[in-house]
Amino acid sequence: MRAPDQRPCLEGVLAAGYTLTHLKQLEAESIHIIREVVAEFERPVMLYSIGKDSSVLLHLAKKAFFPGPLPFPLLHVDTTWKFRAMIEFRDRIAREQDLDLIVHTNQQGVVDNVTPFTYGSKKYTDIMKTQALLAALDEHGFDAAFGGARRDEEKSRAKERVYSVRDGGHRWDPKNQRPELWRLYNGNINRGEEVRVFPLSNWTELDVWQYVYLEGIEIVPLYFAAERPVVERDGTLIMVDDERMELEAGEEPQLRSVRFRTLGCYPLSGAIESDASTLPEVIQEMLIARHSERQGRLIDYDATGSMEQKKREGYF
Amino acid sequence: MRDISDGCAPVSHASDLIETDILAYLEQHERKEILRFLTCGSVDDGKSTLIGRLLHDSRMIYEDQLEAIRQDSRTIGTQRGGVDLALLVDGLQAEREQGITIDVAYRYFSTARRKFIIADTPGHEQYTRNMVTGASTCDVAIILIDANNGVLPQTRRHSYIAQLLGIRHLIVAVNKMDDVSYEEPVFDAIRDEYFAFASKLPVDDLDFIPLSALLGDNVVEQSANMPWYQGATLMHLLETIPVAAVRDTERLRLPVQYVNRPDADFRGYCGSIVGGVARPGDVVTVLPSGRTSTIDRVVTADGDVEEAFPPMAVTLTLKDAVDVSRGDVVAGAGQLPHTADRLDATVVWMAEEPLALGKPYVIKHGARKVTGQIDAVRYHTDINTLAREPASTLALNEIGRCAFTLAEPLVFDAYANNRDLGALILIDRISNATVGAAMIHSPGGSTSGDAWEEVPHGDLHASPSRVTPNELQTRLGQRPVTVLFTGLAKAGKTAIARAVERRLFDQGQLATVFDGQSFRLGISRDLGFSARDRSENMRRAAEAARLVNEAGLICLTAFVVPQESVRERARGTIGEDRFLEVFVTAPLDVLKERDEDGLYAAAERGEAPNVPGVTAPFEEPDGADLVLHTDELGLEESADQVVALLRERGFIF
Repeated sequence: MRAPDQRPCLEGVLAAGYTLTHLKQLEAESIHIIREVVAEFERPVMLYSIGKDSSVLLHLAKKAFFPGPLPFPLLHVDTTWKFRAMIEFRDRIAREQDLDLIVHTNQQGVVDNVTPFTYGSKKYTDIMKTQALLAALDEHGFDAAFGGARRDEEKSRAKERVYSVRDGGHRWDPKNQRPELWRLYNGNINRGEEVRVFPLSNWTELDVWQYVYLEGIEIVPLYFAAERPVVERDGTLIMVDDERMELEAGEEPQLRSVRFRTLGCYPLSGAIESDASTLPEVIQEMLIARHSERQGRLIDYDATGSMEQKKREGYF
Repeated sequence: MRDISDGCAPVSHASDLIETDILAYLEQHERKEILRFLTCGSVDDGKSTLIGRLLHDSRMIYEDQLEAIRQDSRTIGTQRGGVDLALLVDGLQAEREQGITIDVAYRYFSTARRKFIIADTPGHEQYTRNMVTGASTCDVAIILIDANNGVLPQTRRHSYIAQLLGIRHLIVAVNKMDDVSYEEPVFDAIRDEYFAFASKLPVDDLDFIPLSALLGDNVVEQSANMPWYQGATLMHLLETIPVAAVRDTERLRLPVQYVNRPDADFRGYCGSIVGGVARPGDVVTVLPSGRTSTIDRVVTADGDVEEAFPPMAVTLTLKDAVDVSRGDVVAGAGQLPHTADRLDATVVWMAEEPLALGKPYVIKHGARKVTGQIDAVRYHTDINTLAREPASTLALNEIGRCAFTLAEPLVFDAYANNRDLGALILIDRISNATVGAAMIHSPGGSTSGDAWEEVPHGDLHASPSRVTPNELQTRLGQRPVTVLFTGLAKAGKTAIARAVERRLFDQGQLATVFDGQSFRLGISRDLGFSARDRSENMRRAAEAARLVNEAGLICLTAFVVPQESVRERARGTIGEDRFLEVFVTAPLDVLKERDEDGLYAAAERGEAPNVPGVTAPFEEPDGADLVLHTDELGLEESADQVVALLRERGFIF
C-alpha cells in the first residue's frame, strides 16, 4: 500500500550540522550489517516472511547494493496456510523486483495432513515452520540467514545478538553467544554451523512503521482495515481465508472491519477490529492501543518463556 | 550541573497529538537523534528499577506488559506490595529466577526529541566484559550510586571502564534518596567523594543528579522532595546532552566493506563513513597501498550526495582505476591514519581460557581480518584501585596494556581519535569465540614496549646540584624553558629556532637549538623515520632538553613530532611549567614548493612511506602556545613573536 500523496519524504540530515535523523542512522547501521554479511559469508540468504519487517529488510538490502542487484536469494517457508493475500503479494514482489525467491514447504507434513486444526499450534509450528526452515537451510547449504526480528519485540530478545550463532543442529545456546563490540561482528564459524543475522535489532515497532511510511514501502494489504469474514474463537478473531477453515457448530463468518498487526498462518493470526485504512491511522492505533505487538500471534501463549524455547529449537 | 531554565519542557510524553493530529505527531517524530547510553550498577543499586521507571514514565510500557508484571510482582517481586518496575527489564527465564541480570540487554524508548538505546549491563566485577561490550557503542554512561552506600569500588570500576571505552560524558545518579530522607548533605558528600576520584579521569562532562528511581523523583519530573536541587532531571539531561560534537568530521575514513561491480561500467566501494566528510572532488589515499585518487561520486540508493559523513553507509566511485579491495581504508589525503604491523593497545580479556602470549589469534579490525599475536603484557590494571601491576597474561575480565605483532599491517587510528578505526576484537582460531577486545594507542615499538614508559633499572638517583635555580637565574638573566617548534617538514621550524637563538644571544641571553638533523647525526643515528622511531627521537630530545634546562639554558627544539601523544609526553618529561609549544605551519602546496631535496615528491610517488602529511599522519596540535603561519609571516616576524611570547610568559625579562 502506498501511503497517501501528502506523505513527506525521508530527509536524513538534521539542522544541527553533521547529524543524521534516527531513522537514517538505523538505516545506515542495517546496511552496514547486511554488507558485512555478504562480504564475509559464502552463502547468505534472506528469510522472507512477507510481513512488514521483511519488507523493510528487503528495502534496506536493495539499498545496500544499489545500483547492483541483490546478491543473495530470498527464502520463504510456505506452510500452505498463509493468507492468500500474502502469497499473491510475495509472488508479485518477486516478479516485479526480479528477485531470486526460493519457496520451501515441508511436503511430508502436507502428505501427513499436518494443519493448525489437526495438530495444535505448537506441534504444527514445529513441523511446518521450524523443521521446514531447517531442512531448507540444510538443502541449500546457507551459512548466514537474515531475519527481521527486533530486540523490542519481546523481553527475551533484549539480549539477542545481531549475529546469532547456531550450531550444526541449528540450535541456539544462550550461554555460548559472542560479545558484540563496536561494529565488529564476528562471523567466524565452522563448517555446518550458521549465523542468523538480525539487521533490524535496534529498530522498534514505531521505527519500522515510520520508515515504511516515509520510504513508501509496499506492504501486504492485510495490515490495513477492510471488511473481512471472521469468526470469534476463544476471544480471538480468526479470518476465514479459504474453504479449508472448518467451522465449528454455531460459527457463522461475519463481515467485520478488521486488520492484522502481525501476519503468519491465517488460522493462527488474530485480527483486531479497526477502521485504520491508511498508514498514519494504523500508526495512530498502534500508539493508542496499549497492547504489545505479539499479542495477536497465538504461538506465544503456550508457556512462559516460550519464545526462548523456540529459539533454542531453531525457530527465531 | 545543568540549568533547566532554558524553557524546554522536561520531557515529551506520548503526546496528545497522537489522538488529535497523527500527521503532526509523525512529523514531530521524524527528526530525532539517537542517543546510546550505558547504565552501570547492580540490581541492588536500583538499576533495573531506574530503567523500568524511564520506560514507564515515557509511556513505553504497554498495558498488557504492566499487567503481567503486576502479577509477577506478587510472586517474584522484591518490592513489598507495589509494582516492581525492575521486572519489566529482566529478560531471560533463568536470570529472572536467579534475580540477577547476566548479560548486555538493549532497551528502547523515545521522546519527541530523541530515540534512546540503553545498553543495560550488570555491575559485578566478573561482568567487566559485559560492561565493556555495552560501553563500546555508547555516548553517555549513567553511573548509579546507592545513597545508602556512597562511592564503592564498583563506582570507580564503572567510571574507569566508561572512560576507557571512550565515553566522555558521565551522569552520576545518586539513587535511593528516599532512603536518606532526601537530605542534601548526603548527596553533597557523595558528590565530593566522587569528584576527588574522577579528577584523575579524562572525562569532559560530569553531571550529578539526586533521584529515587522507585518513586520517580528527578527521573522525569522535578522532585518536590528535593527543593535544594536546582539542576536538570535525568530525562532532561538525556534529551539535551550534545551527541553530534563527539564525532570526528575532520579526517575522512571509510573502511571498504564490499566492492560493488554489477557491470563493467560501475565499480563502487561500499562502506560506512567512520570519520570526516566525503565529497566528490576530494583527493583521497587508499591504504595500505598509498595510491591516491579523487572521489568521483558518492552514491546512495536515494541518489548521489554532495557530502557524506558518519555514520552514513555509502558507495564511493573514484576517478582513477586504482586497485581497491575489502579491508582497504579510503582516507583524506594529508590526514592519513597509521599503517603498522605492531600495535600498542589496551586489551580486555573476555574468555575463560587466559590470553596466551605468542599464540596466533584472528584479529578483526574495520573490514579486515588478519592473524596476529600478543607478544607481551606490559602491565595489568587493577580495575578497583587503577594501579598498574606487572603481568604475564590476562585472565577473564582483566584489562592490560599489550604489545601486538601482526602478520600483515593494519590501517588504524588511535582509539582516542577514532573509535571505529582504533578498535579490534580477537577471535580464537579453533573455537571462533570472541576472546578479547582492544583499543589501540599507537603503532607499537619493540616487544619490550617503548622507552617513554620504561622504568629505569636499578636504584638510581641523580645527584643534586650545588648551584640553585635562583643563582642560575640571577647569573643568566633568564628562566630556563624548552620551546618545541612542531610542524611538517619545510614549515620553517629550524630556521625560526636559529633566528630566535641569535636574537636572544644579542640581548644577552643564552639558548641552544636541537633539531632533527643534528640529533640524527649523532644521538639518534640508530633511528629511522617510523612513528615509533620519531617518538624515540623526541624522547631523547626531551630528556636532553631537560638537562639543558637544569643548566639554566633556554632550549629551542625543532622536530616534526607528528603525534599529539608524543608531544604530551615531551611536555611531561620537561615539566608543564617550562614547556612551550609553537606550531609552525603553512599549506602543503607551499611546503612542496620549498621541497628542494624532493621529500614530498618521493612521498607522492609512493617511494617514501613515512612522510607526515602525505604518507603518514600528522596530528595538528590543539593547544599550541603560538601558531606561526610561515606562508604569511617572514622569518624575522616569526622570531619576533617567539621572543615576545618568552617575555610575556616571564622567561626573559
